[in-house]
Amino acid sequence: MKEFFNSIFTSDFVYSVFRVTTPLLFASMGAVISDVAGVPNIALEGLMLIAAFAGMYFSFLSQSALIGLLMALAVAVLFTGILAFFTLYYKTNIILGGIAINSLASGGTVFFLYLTAHDKGTSVALASKTLPVLRIPIIENIPVLGSILSGHNILTYLSIFSVVFTYVLLKGTALGYHIRAVGEKKAAAESVGISVVKTQATALLLSGIMCGFGGAFMSMGYVSWFSRDMVSGRGWIALAAEAMGRQTAIGSAAASVLFGIADAFSNVAASMGLPSDLVKTIPYFATLIGLAIFSIKTYKKYKDA
Amino acid sequence: MSRERTFNMLRTAVSMIAAMLVAFIIILFVSEQPVESIKIFLVQPFSSRRYLGNIVETAIPLIFSGLSMAVLFQAGLFNLGGEGVFFMSGIAGSLVAIWFQLPFFIFPFVCIGVGAVTGILVMLVPGVLKTKYGANEMVTSLMMNNIAYGIGCYILNNIMRDPSVSSLVSYKYRKAALLPTIISGTRVHLGLIIAILCVVIIYIFLYKTKGGYEVRATGTNIRFAKYSGIRVTKVIILVHVIAGAVAGCGGIVECLGLHKRFEWTSLPGYGFDGAMIAMLANNNPFGVVGAALFVGYLRVGADLVNRFADVPTEMIAILQSLIILLISAEKFLHKYKQAWIEKDVNIGEVKNEGVF
Repeated sequence: MKEFFNSIFTSDFVYSVFRVTTPLLFASMGAVISDVAGVPNIALEGLMLIAAFAGMYFSFLSQSALIGLLMALAVAVLFTGILAFFTLYYKTNIILGGIAINSLASGGTVFFLYLTAHDKGTSVALASKTLPVLRIPIIENIPVLGSILSGHNILTYLSIFSVVFTYVLLKGTALGYHIRAVGEKKAAAESVGISVVKTQATALLLSGIMCGFGGAFMSMGYVSWFSRDMVSGRGWIALAAEAMGRQTAIGSAAASVLFGIADAFSNVAASMGLPSDLVKTIPYFATLIGLAIFSIKTYKKYKDA
Repeated sequence: MSRERTFNMLRTAVSMIAAMLVAFIIILFVSEQPVESIKIFLVQPFSSRRYLGNIVETAIPLIFSGLSMAVLFQAGLFNLGGEGVFFMSGIAGSLVAIWFQLPFFIFPFVCIGVGAVTGILVMLVPGVLKTKYGANEMVTSLMMNNIAYGIGCYILNNIMRDPSVSSLVSYKYRKAALLPTIISGTRVHLGLIIAILCVVIIYIFLYKTKGGYEVRATGTNIRFAKYSGIRVTKVIILVHVIAGAVAGCGGIVECLGLHKRFEWTSLPGYGFDGAMIAMLANNNPFGVVGAALFVGYLRVGADLVNRFADVPTEMIAILQSLIILLISAEKFLHKYKQAWIEKDVNIGEVKNEGVF
């Protein structure tokens, strides 16, 4: 037990929680925005993977991390656009569309990885760039706090901002009202002149941008290369976080942090002799139990009423 | 046959052709000798007994997963848990195949039975959560996939792992547990017969029994089903049990038919493939066989192009996602559909005039 606390209460551990939570925050915010609009985007996993590849590849081509990031965003938006086009215009079921994008991503990235790096595993042959690490003056020099709060990738700070952005977007802007109205009741929203298709498309594209950031972080911050299926389930964890957070920005962010802690813990669990395979399932179990408890509550209310 | 159904088949055909065309375009861009590569992709899979066998053996797990998905879709359920079921039942059946000792003719079936029961148990979690508490089966089944994967990996790492092999695989299955090859010169195994048997049983269930009618009624209109006295809760549980059993069979059949040990180290992807197969088949059990063979053909073709030419196999992912997008696109070719069905109505009107 002592060992357990020793490895948890270190600045390294807290630092790593920030690191592993970053992509979860981005993706879960993407999940919140799209789900609130009534178009649940389950392609988060695939979109992040595509963005991760694009970020790596274009930063290699241009030798500029910024261009890599911008292209990661652009490509993520492009593929979200394809998803949006099919679901909103051709009326493809959004879940099936999501499956399609995920399948496209996991195979397509390996396909292009092979064409560009002649390797089906990783892109280490291509010297790609990483996004800069931000050292916050003053805070950096505070003993423990400094090593926890400072020195993260720039996207880690941005991921915290993305939560604020999502919260304000949904609660305080006209677009946010439209998104919520469309998600709540399409017909009612339409009757007061809100364009359902336009609003849902915007929501999907915003979730695509979030995935773009999340994916760029994976290949240009978390590590400095692309490897096949490197997102490894983070998109699904983000969906879990969003389900657990009841589609709210703050709740989903809190759940993401919890899952980030579980993830960071699973990395040190092995060294303590705990089964990391099982520790990794904690977020999913937590979500199942959370969903069940919440459903039981509403069920009881419904019965009492 | 109604025009609506003909149209659905037509759309499926168009989607398949579109996928093939995209394959050609990809090959044109990527390959150094495109004509040769396209020929390999199209023709080579039919060129020998072995390759034909490859198509069939690729199709076997797809039949199971497609069938499982088709039953769920017929009931209007969006459960994507086939993925976790395949993995978990593969693990459970493998445990039996490694440590039990039974005579040859019943051993594989005991393993498959264990796999099916595991599949049912895994699938029932989202089913029960839905019927009891109204939790969305899609979210819960996605969670179950990852839970099944984590638990499966734990068992593989800590109980089944063969330390004498450097890669992460289980101990060898007992010889008597393996599914025998049924066509010489290929690797097509007894699993094919089991798959076809499942298809026939599911077909009879869906279209010739009261239970099957209730499933389809629930899928078409759940409210109507409720009002007409169908116990929807029972139907949803039943569908989850069937889907779990079929996918569970698929998982362990694939392990015992093609491998000598448990070799999956990540989720095998059959769960999501199942959705594509079921859509291609328009949720018809016999259609599932055709759809699985078609996808098997595409995969073997892509594999051959990878081996004998210079196009990576992963091309297949691009084709598959296109198929999913086009087939599920209700409005794709919709203009033509409308015109065509209206024509049907017009013909009907003309006939009516004739009668009166």
